[in-house]
Amino acid sequence: MKLPLIAGFAPDAVFAWREGEPIPTRRFLRDVARLGALLPARGQVLNLCADRYRFAVGFGAALLRGQVSLLPPNHTPEMVAQLLLDYPGLYCLREEGGPALEIETLLFPQEAGAADGGEPGDPQAPLIPEEQVAAIVFTSGSTGTPLPNRKTWGRLTLSAQSEAARLGLRASPGEPAWSLVGTVPPQHMYGFESTVLLPMQGGLAMHAGRPFYAADVAAALGSLPHPRALITTPVHLRALVEEAAASASSAAAFQALPDFLLCATAPLSDDLARSAEARLKAPLYEIYGCTEAGQVATRRSSAGPRWQALPGLELHQDQLGTWVRGGHVEGEVLLGDVIELADDTHFELRGRNADMINIAGKRTSLAHLNFQLGNIEGVRDGVFVLPEHANKGEAEKNPEVVRLAALVVAPGLKPAQITAALRRRVDAVFLPRPLYMVEALPRNSTGKLTAAALRELLAQCATKPPTRT
Amino acid sequence: MSALTEQELALAHLVVETLNLEVKPEEIDPEAPLYGEGLGLDSIDILEMALAISKTYGVQLRSEDENNRKIFASLRRLNEHLQEHRTK
Repeated sequence: MKLPLIAGFAPDAVFAWREGEPIPTRRFLRDVARLGALLPARGQVLNLCADRYRFAVGFGAALLRGQVSLLPPNHTPEMVAQLLLDYPGLYCLREEGGPALEIETLLFPQEAGAADGGEPGDPQAPLIPEEQVAAIVFTSGSTGTPLPNRKTWGRLTLSAQSEAARLGLRASPGEPAWSLVGTVPPQHMYGFESTVLLPMQGGLAMHAGRPFYAADVAAALGSLPHPRALITTPVHLRALVEEAAASASSAAAFQALPDFLLCATAPLSDDLARSAEARLKAPLYEIYGCTEAGQVATRRSSAGPRWQALPGLELHQDQLGTWVRGGHVEGEVLLGDVIELADDTHFELRGRNADMINIAGKRTSLAHLNFQLGNIEGVRDGVFVLPEHANKGEAEKNPEVVRLAALVVAPGLKPAQITAALRRRVDAVFLPRPLYMVEALPRNSTGKLTAAALRELLAQCATKPPTRT
Repeated sequence: MSALTEQELALAHLVVETLNLEVKPEEIDPEAPLYGEGLGLDSIDILEMALAISKTYGVQLRSEDENNRKIFASLRRLNEHLQEHRTK
């Protein structure tokens, strides 16, 4: 079976808002067809367009050409080199001024604009085979090789339609369509699902930008017609809520801006969830998911800790942990969190598995970070540590962001050299702060590092004056 | 390294306290980049700093501002921007 690129296709419905200008769906389809004809005859594309509209055009064009969009967890030089090993036919699509990487690159062509839109008749939304692999989303894995998760067009469209229905954001006749602003990049699984696929399959209009500061988010929301949704993360939500609280004079400017708040990547604290609804005067929903399964469940944050699985999904447990299957999930996926099931579609989160790290919504594993650290030339031994209460002060100030520490044995290297080498290999949020140089790690007779021994060494290092970089 | 002015030192204290940095405020090079290499701040730090700046200086940073990268180019540039636009 084939499924349309745009569900419920209405050629004049707004698909995107770009620099204050509405872009109708017919122009989106024309831009997709135009770019599709320009793409090189290759198998996979690394779509790094920062403009959300251009990302969607690039994704649509790749689909038309039967090319797979690759979504790795970061775009460091090391990651791109790894991807090229596994996908020698990979090329990069990006805008001028984007990050220059060592890979064959197509610069996104200038759009033809509105003036060139006068084709007679209505274009048809292209049909894509449901079994076509549309995207491969990667997790960082425990070694240098990123682990692929294939997403077919059929599963992706089902997922987006389930989300639109569950959250009440689906376009319906006679009702004004929703618009959305996203602070998440379209290259991230959550951003891909909720700011690219949701508009394509739920009839929403996307804001093409990716506002960063609280004032940017407010301006982007203010530029769209009601009803409008903000698709964000705990870190950005907190900045917005605190800014609204701090600038009492302009608090009105932050209120009544979003009509709906959606947050994901890490569970929200009750405090932040409550103050977000109170300050921003909009209902707040969260999505729980992971790269492997995609979105799994939703909850109204103020209604309590219980999550409800998306339509068609079922959870069950065995000695390995909690599995999800059904609906848009391909096969069965083991979830990386400790979960308490109420029944097969309702659950509460009880914490992360010990090796998993989530900082500001970006996920990796300690095993992966340790692997990257150990592979730096000159590093004899090294380990990342998630300080539990070591930086409690910081955790209280900003519970969404707890930084990692690292203990490194590397005679002859300076901390700054190690940080620079790590920067080429891992996402910046995982860079250790602090990084301590030590003479040896407290490995026991079997070569293992116990949590207690690491904590003790970390505490000793912390009482010494900071190492000069 | 050139010495910090009194205003720059105050800003350096705000940066170090807000982000719990391991460096002493008076040791920050006012000309060194704040992003990436240099002081090593990332986008999450910048968002955190934006809030502290809003509370302390009454300046709301915007990234549509063409100069945004330049503003965070160094402590000195950031201080100049804040002194020019401060309302507190």
